[in-house]
Amino acid sequence: MNLDAKIPSGPLAQKWDNYKRDAKLVNPANKRKYDIIVVGTGLAGGAAAATLGELGYNVKSFCIQDSPRRAHSVAAQGGINAAKNYQNDGDSVYRLFYDTIKGGDFRAREANVYRLAQVSANIIDQCVAQGVPFAREYSGYLTNRSFGGAQVSRTFYARGQTGQQLLLGAYQSLMRQVSLGTVKVFPRTEMLDLVIVNGHAKGIVTRNLITGAIESHAGDAVVLATGGYGNTWYLSTYGRGSNATAIWRAHKKGACFANPCYAQIHPTCIPVSGDYQSKLTLMSESLRNDGRVWVPKKVGDKRAPGDIPEDERDYYLERKYPSYGNLAPRDISSRAAKQVCDEGRGVGESGLGVYLDFSAAIQRLGEAKIAERYGNLFDMYHEITGESAYKVPMRIYPAIHYTMGGLWVDYNLMSNVPGLFVAGEANFSDHGANRLGASALMQGLADGYFVLPNTISGYLAGQLGKRPKADAAEFKQAEKEVGDRLQKLLTIRGKRTITDFHKQLGKIMWDYCGMARNEAGLKKALELIPKLREEFWKDVNVPGEGGDLNQSLERAGRVADYFELAELIVLDALMRDESCGGHFREEHQEEGECKRNDEQFAYVAAWEHKGVSQPPVLHKEPLKYEEIHLATRSYK
Amino acid sequence: MNVKLRVWRQAGPDTPGKFVEYEATGLNPNMSFLEMLDEVNEDITKRGEEPISFDHDCREGICGMCSCVINGEAHGPEYKVATCQTYMRSFQDGETITVEPFRAKAFPLIKDLIVNRSAFDRVIQAGGFISTSAGSAPDGNAIPVPKQDADAAMDAAACIGCGACVAACKNASAMLFVSAKVSHLNLLPQGKPEKDKRVLAMVQQMDAEGFGACTVTGSCEAVCPKGISLNFIAKMNRDYFGALLRAPSKAKAAHAD
Repeated sequence: MNLDAKIPSGPLAQKWDNYKRDAKLVNPANKRKYDIIVVGTGLAGGAAAATLGELGYNVKSFCIQDSPRRAHSVAAQGGINAAKNYQNDGDSVYRLFYDTIKGGDFRAREANVYRLAQVSANIIDQCVAQGVPFAREYSGYLTNRSFGGAQVSRTFYARGQTGQQLLLGAYQSLMRQVSLGTVKVFPRTEMLDLVIVNGHAKGIVTRNLITGAIESHAGDAVVLATGGYGNTWYLSTYGRGSNATAIWRAHKKGACFANPCYAQIHPTCIPVSGDYQSKLTLMSESLRNDGRVWVPKKVGDKRAPGDIPEDERDYYLERKYPSYGNLAPRDISSRAAKQVCDEGRGVGESGLGVYLDFSAAIQRLGEAKIAERYGNLFDMYHEITGESAYKVPMRIYPAIHYTMGGLWVDYNLMSNVPGLFVAGEANFSDHGANRLGASALMQGLADGYFVLPNTISGYLAGQLGKRPKADAAEFKQAEKEVGDRLQKLLTIRGKRTITDFHKQLGKIMWDYCGMARNEAGLKKALELIPKLREEFWKDVNVPGEGGDLNQSLERAGRVADYFELAELIVLDALMRDESCGGHFREEHQEEGECKRNDEQFAYVAAWEHKGVSQPPVLHKEPLKYEEIHLATRSYK
Repeated sequence: MNVKLRVWRQAGPDTPGKFVEYEATGLNPNMSFLEMLDEVNEDITKRGEEPISFDHDCREGICGMCSCVINGEAHGPEYKVATCQTYMRSFQDGETITVEPFRAKAFPLIKDLIVNRSAFDRVIQAGGFISTSAGSAPDGNAIPVPKQDADAAMDAAACIGCGACVAACKNASAMLFVSAKVSHLNLLPQGKPEKDKRVLAMVQQMDAEGFGACTVTGSCEAVCPKGISLNFIAKMNRDYFGALLRAPSKAKAAHAD
């Protein structure tokens, strides 16, 4: 298989313009003859469905939630980056591009990232026009804050609810298209298979989550914007419903899965408090603008934080990374937290926590100013822990938060399966081995509003009249496979619950494929996962029936997919015998920092599925850097 | 801690429902209410019965998916939190807790604690947007927005669309939800051109969905997880009557009641 990224010619800064100049278009009268299926209604999917509707295509938009407004993009707190340089602090498209490439530890595709930085400014304009209530100065102009991995203030925000406000902007645009008749929304509907006709993605098979009906939908192209796969680790900051099923089923139908081992572990989450825990809650990275991270200098110091004098505290991020300090990138901050906890200097009951302390900022700015900036986050922390961060430092610990890997796409955001487009977190393309804060919202909306609507026409132009009927043999076959699988899950009636299996899988993943990985651990995980998967298919208990709303059945199907995906994640982590970004192989470090191996691993690892229990085939897309020089990533 | 649950179980919209009692034992007070339900469901599953269906997703109080009436209060006893952010420490050891779905004519029941809130989407479709298409926007700083207006718009926009306001209202009125969206957009200069059309269309759709009238008891604000203020209802009423006065006579007739 030849993975051609189809990067346009010309100098980096002109590629996107060149692309648009040469792109094939669909004339306005013909647009309504195309049906486009968009799965997922988060920032990428919601924005794409709305924008494709605005362009005049017929769009079918699917989501598993009861309303498109609830996709998990809603939970993003801190902000969205854009190279506006409103602050006059030296920002530019190039600087945002470079920060993002460097933040990703030089494992992202140069042309994609440059385009992302270019359209970032349009996103802010678009969102303001939609009525997104971004934070403003008394002048009435937009204000900014800083985020990790950058030395400029380029992050736009709406209190601590930026994701919610951006998603509502996209959702409202989507609802407008529904009222205009260009988009039809299918809520509480889960995609369970991709349908391929003559080598092209031409539809999906879904399950109506209320009636259990298995249905086929044909389209001229399929867009997957179904988010990441962080719930493979069980505990994460993802929504409980977030899952990998859509991309995994597409992978099994031929779409290559790229860099599955690149997962982001976010440094500022509320620590785990017990076995019953169902998810972890993020405390926005924006808090590190004013909060200082520390642990006691002494091992096993169990004094209350207020009783530990200043000179017995180790502000380890400020000590190790003086130029970025508490705003060091996420992967680096997470590993630093793990290190101090491994040394026995962690805080809280479990010893798996570090302090995020606002006392200096409160002294400097007053409690009111801190409340204005982070009030809702402090409230949220209080609701969960019962502690006030105005009085005592927050306790935080890293948790799985985002996956940089995903389905392989070319510059058009099309996978290696013609007609299958992948947007947002579901694709792999822009963040390399680590994503910087406030860049996920940027990428989701860039893909949805500005990239995909411009690239999809190139494919559609040659496809007029080629849409199959939804009762074609390929659809019937896929429906049968989906139905059989659900029936199989329902007939096992074993002894162990779905949660029980999922927790066990999550523990294997966290222990052996989490913040630090090594060959022996990964090999061990590769033994454990297939065994557990086998046991799952023999002994899981899925109660209820398939013919109505059955949340257990929904979950069982997703967990079954995690088992297969987990194996690929671990395999990829084992194959990538270097450290880069969030992928830290203990064998490859220099003073505790990642040691990349550019000679051997400067490529995208795209895996081709060959059947469950069959080894997948690795395809390499070399990362060629025309503009920048590979450098050691330093935040010191 | 241990609690006794009385949970509304109903297999579907057309079958009768009833309260079923469950024991939840050995709970940690730091568990969330939904984590407690998870544990109860694990036990139910192990007994070979069908677990309780309930809506949930983000579990951090922002998606608006969770929707339980707990001891008669939408989203439970704590002020300004959603069901998912309700913790067991808010209850007494040994307490009996009654759990019901959000009940309203416009929110038909699907199963157990799950209801259909698509009516909210249709209200937004009627006018809860600014008619701008991607690509047409001027520079983000081209139109300054006074900070107090932007802040007030944000206060309104914080609504998570959960429907607790409807569930708490004796008339099942959706005025708080609708007024929050009308106010968010009408307060901003970008939303002004469609101000009148928006409020008239959204109110009309709200009525068509079967939501009741507002008698300003304030129960909606009291249960709102985001503390959306009753003042927005007053603002919407003002916008609505202003729009009626300015509307052509045909539109007036449509809204005459």
